[in-house]
Amino acid sequence: MTTATETAAKPKGTLFGKKERAIVKDPVWDNNPITLQVLGICSALAITTSLQPALVMCISLTFVLCGSNVIISILRNFIPNKIRIIVMLSVISTLVILVDQVLKAYSYDMSKELSVFVGLIITNCIVMGRAEAFAMANKPWPSFLDGLGNSLGYSVILIVVAFGRELFGNGTLFGFQVVPQVAYEAGYTNMGLMLLPPGAFLILGVIIWLQRTMSGHFED
Amino acid sequence: MIAEYVNIAMKAIFIENILLSLFLGMCSFLACSKKIDTAFGLGLAVVFVLTVTAPVNWLINHFLLRDGALAWAGAWGATVDLSFLQFICYIAVIAAMVQLVEMVLDKFFPPLYTALGIFLPLIAVNCAILGTSLQMGTKGYDFGETCVYGLSSGIGWALAIVGMASIRTKLQYSNLPAGLRGLGVTMIITGLMAIGFMTFIGIKL
Repeated sequence: MTTATETAAKPKGTLFGKKERAIVKDPVWDNNPITLQVLGICSALAITTSLQPALVMCISLTFVLCGSNVIISILRNFIPNKIRIIVMLSVISTLVILVDQVLKAYSYDMSKELSVFVGLIITNCIVMGRAEAFAMANKPWPSFLDGLGNSLGYSVILIVVAFGRELFGNGTLFGFQVVPQVAYEAGYTNMGLMLLPPGAFLILGVIIWLQRTMSGHFED
Repeated sequence: MIAEYVNIAMKAIFIENILLSLFLGMCSFLACSKKIDTAFGLGLAVVFVLTVTAPVNWLINHFLLRDGALAWAGAWGATVDLSFLQFICYIAVIAAMVQLVEMVLDKFFPPLYTALGIFLPLIAVNCAILGTSLQMGTKGYDFGETCVYGLSSGIGWALAIVGMASIRTKLQYSNLPAGLRGLGVTMIITGLMAIGFMTFIGIKL
């Protein structure tokens, strides 16, 4: 998914200068929404028991985040400051309703599996956070790129967590068996803890540790 | 009936803790668990808002939104299904309730209002609140059960954040690897807490 969206954005060469590239690239690693900005953790944990729902979640979030950033950026001069939160929430929930209805219509099983977490994109802090911090102060095109960059950063972490949990917890990837039968016969067992809530916390904790050590961002 | 309510409460507080097993409200949990005072204040505010919004959202869903809910308005109502409006109605109710709670507290309990400060408006975007409203729909609770569920979910969340704040206060004195400090170690401790809470699975009154 990552490469597809990136190549789709590239042809607009004139609109894609150095600054714009930085807006997209920055949140993917140096200012990652999950590990460094501490936004949108809930869904990163809840739907990462296997890769498929994680991927669907990434696509949904990319759509909602880019959409809400663009719409709020277009409206930014008309939104009264005092009621901006409720205006943002209504824009975001409209987009989320769209995603939910599309999922229900075309992929009912997946929508059942994600259950309340599609609805919870509304309160996903990344969406609100980016609308408040970026889209309220910038033009639509940079806002779109910012949305794209942040959802890529979110997707990277989500896929890594889901990869680890599905591989160690179930021995599968995208539902296909990857750990060979020979290994099970030799005494290998799946790690059930990975599929349970604590496993999500532990694996994300370790990923945050690694990511911060590599990118060199530390808290006191 | 009382036993059933106690059962729902136990389940919501310990076994299916909204924070530790459903991952709801993680953002404010991580951001506000540095000091016990703020954690306790935020916990109280969440309990309060949840207790109010869960029943109100239940009423809205039951009498306006669900399939055939409008039957009370006449025969035409029985065929209307507005459940796709759930998200936007719930979030509007939550935002309005938070605003209302803020105004009431400001008028009648100024000390509590100043103690909660910025966290009160932020509750509107706490996924624990919306999550609970959406959960109760999938569980099929009736009105009384929803009230109990809202209250006890809030208590469970408050319990988790106060516990976390206490641990983090102690952690300030420990020598951790630089990359693990802050968010990393908080995540891992939350994982250990979740394992602890999982031991309650199987308790039934």
